[in-house]
Amino acid sequence: MSCIKMKYEVPGDDFTRAGEASSMVKRKLKQLGYNPDAIRRVAIAMYEGEINMVIHAGGGVAEVEVYPDRVEIALIDQGPGIADVEMAMQEGYSTAPDNVRSLGFGAGMGLPNIKKYTDAMRIDTEVGKGTTMYLTVKAK
Amino acid sequence: MERYFHSVTLDADKCCGCTNCIKRCPTEAIRVRNGKAQIISERCIDCGECIRVCPHHAKKAKSDPLSIIENKKYKIAIPAPALFGQFNNLDDIDVVLTGLKEMGFDHVFEVSRGAELVSEATRRLMAEGKLQRPVISSACPAVVRLIRVRFPDLCAHVLPMDSPMEITARLAKKEAVEKTGLPMEEIGAYFITPCAAKVTDVKEPIGSGRSWVDGAISISEIFPKLSHVMDKLEQIEPIGCSGLIGVSWAGSGGEAAALLNEKYLAADGVENIIRVLEELEDERLRELDFVELNACSGGCVGGVLTVENAYVAKARLQRLRKYLPVSCNHLEKDFLPKMMWTDELEFAPVLNLSNDLEEAMRMMEEIDRICAELPGLDCGSCGAPSCRALAEDMVRGEARKSDCIFVLREQIQDMASTLSSMGGFIPKHHTEEEP
Repeated sequence: MSCIKMKYEVPGDDFTRAGEASSMVKRKLKQLGYNPDAIRRVAIAMYEGEINMVIHAGGGVAEVEVYPDRVEIALIDQGPGIADVEMAMQEGYSTAPDNVRSLGFGAGMGLPNIKKYTDAMRIDTEVGKGTTMYLTVKAK
Repeated sequence: MERYFHSVTLDADKCCGCTNCIKRCPTEAIRVRNGKAQIISERCIDCGECIRVCPHHAKKAKSDPLSIIENKKYKIAIPAPALFGQFNNLDDIDVVLTGLKEMGFDHVFEVSRGAELVSEATRRLMAEGKLQRPVISSACPAVVRLIRVRFPDLCAHVLPMDSPMEITARLAKKEAVEKTGLPMEEIGAYFITPCAAKVTDVKEPIGSGRSWVDGAISISEIFPKLSHVMDKLEQIEPIGCSGLIGVSWAGSGGEAAALLNEKYLAADGVENIIRVLEELEDERLRELDFVELNACSGGCVGGVLTVENAYVAKARLQRLRKYLPVSCNHLEKDFLPKMMWTDELEFAPVLNLSNDLEEAMRMMEEIDRICAELPGLDCGSCGAPSCRALAEDMVRGEARKSDCIFVLREQIQDMASTLSSMGGFIPKHHTEEEP
């Protein structure tokens, strides 16, 4: 089966560039004529993940694989890791600092939204080492 | 007949094949081929950016000549409110309206009147919760066309209502039928337009099968004669019937403010509106009820067929509307349903690589591969707006790699070194034997 691979660096030091990777992916999916609902869900879930990497982990890498029936996303960072994943998955739970909250981020909806918009979500995390999040969005 | 009508056209004699327009086009609809710009018809949204940016005035907006009004027995001018901002020291709209009558129109009916009805209808529909939020204004035809080709998910958010121009033409013609007893066919409504997109919208309306407008004459064509006539008026007729809501539609933010709801966003300028549409698409602007977008900076006063600077025009309108009543037009019973579009706004996938996903994926892999081999300068010398666009054109079979001057230079260098190394292989005794 054909597959298109994309890889983006998500810079951790420049908040104004957060969201660039997901918007590039969105652009490519549109050009492919990919299922619009899947594009929307990929764009939102990946955006949330990207923002998380910038806020919490000092950036990372986003690897995206596009298959005819699904999009696989891996968001890889070497940040502090998530101490309590179950807690982090709860709506409204946030450890974001005040400065990003004032921009409208850090409402504790990132991970719950990612879960909501994806068909599969797996988090591998180790405190002090980093987090990798695997997401799958199916094209229905 | 061509499949698509466009107001935006090229004067090939004036085009020198530079890269200004290809770089600015929001839908990458222009290529320079054989030294001249070419517009890819199905991609063009008639926003007029290329007209604005062309230093050689090779891009033009086609509109109807004033003489078109001779086609009908009873001629009604329907001026866009942007027209009122073109004149210095104007404090009464009726001077402009009377001037238009002097120029040969039998009647004048301002588009700001239709705009007030659109505002009221939008308020009502939003209060009833019948529209998908955030509602995106459909008044700017370039915006509607942009959404149609680039933002499939947002099509359902576009206000499915005729524009003030259409509503105005319809009301004006109905009124004229009653007043004159003439049949509808003998009555013409002529839009005095600030922009190219509206000209296209008259010829090829979106949303409803036909337009009520019989012609679109540019503000810039009418302006010299009209200002001359206005100077000589002896009597001013009380024709105008617009409030400040209607007149405010000429500038960015006017339509949104008329909804009397603070949860709105108004953006203007094509690059800005694309950024807003991207955010809307990613559902990042959930708190908004209404989004007003104008492709031209400043709103309609910034249209390419106006004569005055957009911000000067806007300042003049502020003065003009100062003592106007809030709104002079109100919906009559049962009119609202007639204002709605009959057709749904459908996504037009003209930017897609292929209708077949597997094929599109193969093409994209090829594009990525080619793109990595191009210099990445996005210089535009090949005639495409970026290296990536050239790679796309190549994969679509519309361009060659050697269209890139850097690739070509490398090829020539290779050829030159091959030639010189071949020259070095000539056996020595051969040359010695020469006489």
